[in-house]
Amino acid sequence: MSEANKAQESKEEYERAGRTSHVELEYYRSGRAVGCVSGTNFGRRVCVELSFPMPKTLAQKLWDSHVVRVAPGEPDLLYVDLHLVHEVTSPQAFEGLRLSGRRVRRPDLSLATMDHNVPTQGGVRAADDLSRRQMETLAENCRREGIPLYQIGSRRQGIVHVIGPELGLTQPGMLIVCGDSHTSTHGAFGALAFGIGTSEVELVLATQCLPQKRLGDLAVTISGELPLGVTAKDIVLGLIGRTGTSLGQGHLVEYRGSTIKGLSMEGRMTICNMSIEWGAKAGMVAPDETTFKYLEGRPSAPKGEAWESALEYWRSLATDPEAPFDAEISIDASQLEPHVTWGTNPGQVAPVTGRVPQPRSDTDERALKYMDLLAGTALADIAIDRVFIGSCTNARLEDLRAAAQVIKGRHVHPKVRAMVVPGSTSVKRAAEDEGLDLVFKAAGFEWRNAGCSMCLGMNPDILAPGERCASTSNRNFEGRQGSGGRTHLMSPPMAAAAAVTGHVVDVRELL
Amino acid sequence: MEPVSRVSGRMAPLDRADVDTDQIIPKQFLKRIERTGYGPFLFFDWRAPGDFVLDRPEHAGAAVLVTGANFGCGSSREHAPWALRDFGFKAIISPSFADIFLANCYKTGLLAVTLPERQVRHLIDLASEDPSAQVTVDLEKQEVRGEGFAYRFEIDAFARECLLGGLDEIGLVERHKSAIAAYEAGRATWLPAVK
Ligand code: SF4
Repeated sequence: MSEANKAQESKEEYERAGRTSHVELEYYRSGRAVGCVSGTNFGRRVCVELSFPMPKTLAQKLWDSHVVRVAPGEPDLLYVDLHLVHEVTSPQAFEGLRLSGRRVRRPDLSLATMDHNVPTQGGVRAADDLSRRQMETLAENCRREGIPLYQIGSRRQGIVHVIGPELGLTQPGMLIVCGDSHTSTHGAFGALAFGIGTSEVELVLATQCLPQKRLGDLAVTISGELPLGVTAKDIVLGLIGRTGTSLGQGHLVEYRGSTIKGLSMEGRMTICNMSIEWGAKAGMVAPDETTFKYLEGRPSAPKGEAWESALEYWRSLATDPEAPFDAEISIDASQLEPHVTWGTNPGQVAPVTGRVPQPRSDTDERALKYMDLLAGTALADIAIDRVFIGSCTNARLEDLRAAAQVIKGRHVHPKVRAMVVPGSTSVKRAAEDEGLDLVFKAAGFEWRNAGCSMCLGMNPDILAPGERCASTSNRNFEGRQGSGGRTHLMSPPMAAAAAVTGHVVDVRELL
Repeated sequence: MEPVSRVSGRMAPLDRADVDTDQIIPKQFLKRIERTGYGPFLFFDWRAPGDFVLDRPEHAGAAVLVTGANFGCGSSREHAPWALRDFGFKAIISPSFADIFLANCYKTGLLAVTLPERQVRHLIDLASEDPSAQVTVDLEKQEVRGEGFAYRFEIDAFARECLLGGLDEIGLVERHKSAIAAYEAGRATWLPAVK
């Protein structure tokens, strides 16, 4: 009998004995973790502890290990191990602190970078006045509060979700937050990581804590061998095509199964990154040898004895065999094809061998109109104007390598303007050490400095109205890459293939 | 934060599902470093061609936005609820909200309320047919009511308390200083600090 059933049975027994009314079932999953049936009996609060250990999911283990305080009827108070900060969602939070006379509690557990609106060429001088003011404000706030900052021009600057892992700051078992919804990326390391709003940024700056309501658990099990030309991006696009954009709401997701086990950290990050696109609060993967190998020797990873103790703990971070999930989704990776979005949300997606579908809702109809597409058009016939290889989803070294492999010896189509924006300054340097920049430049790509760039178009890199872009980013919302611009999401090899052919194309034809 | 207990007024219908935060407040307006002044840029791209539903005279001054499911999906930008508030909305009714957006609404003092699809449909139709129809979103009674109807809604008890009391959440957390310090003292020594 599952533990949840046992708890339910005890509750019913308790009620049958007529000892309580309005009995509610509550799990106290903190610390020594037992079940607890509680309720009121003629106004007096009663509580019966259940004496079985509860098997836990990875997400529950991560949650429980960060609980500072639980109280019935209140959200749990969680402790934050790492708070990532960037220029766009933080100024009002710092301002709030100042107005209330508060200081940052743990500047040493905070890290700031500039990514969202940095120009990718020409340095800070190329930024518009407002962007520059935002960057200066961040620098000033960090200086005042003693928060480390990797600003534009720094060797370690980059997209916030790219630099955390590459510095070894993102580690298994941690709780990581950032004023950015794609914070879920860090979950790839077996961390609990999610995005927060500016008021919450202020709260974390002041207290290093965050009150959070417990969330549900979902499992996505992905098994089978990925076919040639199919990537982690296609797994997650295929998943969102099935779930739609909101199924994950109110849930923490664990990605698992043989395919996930076989993926690199980069691939796992791509999948966790897009958890938010199907509504999930966070996505995660249990840490394993791949994780440890990635981390070992990175600047902020533990060393020596500390490494050994950390490793021992990290190995315990897996879902217990009988731990209950609210639901499980299974995907057979061996049947997947490269995917492309055709609409204005990531759920409007299809295999590249398919056609633009018949609209099934008002949302679909509006999307087709915005995208200027007719139902029935073969996806591979869609001509493109721009290519963007970048973003926290797909701009790590492995992504650039995969794109370069397709491009090598070929040239960007004459009607296409294509650019590569590495996810971080370190990624850029590493790519240049391998000569990838030369491959891209020889093919006619622009080779830029690190930043979010055309993922959201806050800097000068934007689409003109009506332009159509093959993009490795994560959101194809209306106007996301520039007002009136049209975005087709795909993997780096697919975007590279589109660049050389001038239209959406099945990359497998070029391999 | 100002306490919020009840919002009364007219409704504006935005009959679309999956409205994302990039539509609510496009990125070019996220460069401000202030918490206010976002109202003019609400739904900027949708309003640009003219005759957007929120700009029609009959909906001017509406206090309650009624809209489709999964409202506020996408980014964590709190600028989205700020823009809705600055535009004049005090409450939003939808069949569902994206998680981060919902949390941001509460922090902004925007009363975001979920009702079943069927009831939201009724409100959208009502607002379209009779823009002068009045509704009250009553947080105390957990009810949306108007002429001839009263719909009960569920809301997280703690969020409700915070809204009703206008509570300063940082202040609330700071009361647990000793628990925080105790937790901090027990953290594993290998955990990274940023240098
Ligand atoms: S790359 Fe795009 S999705 Fe990632 S943090 Fe930057 S803007 Fe957000």
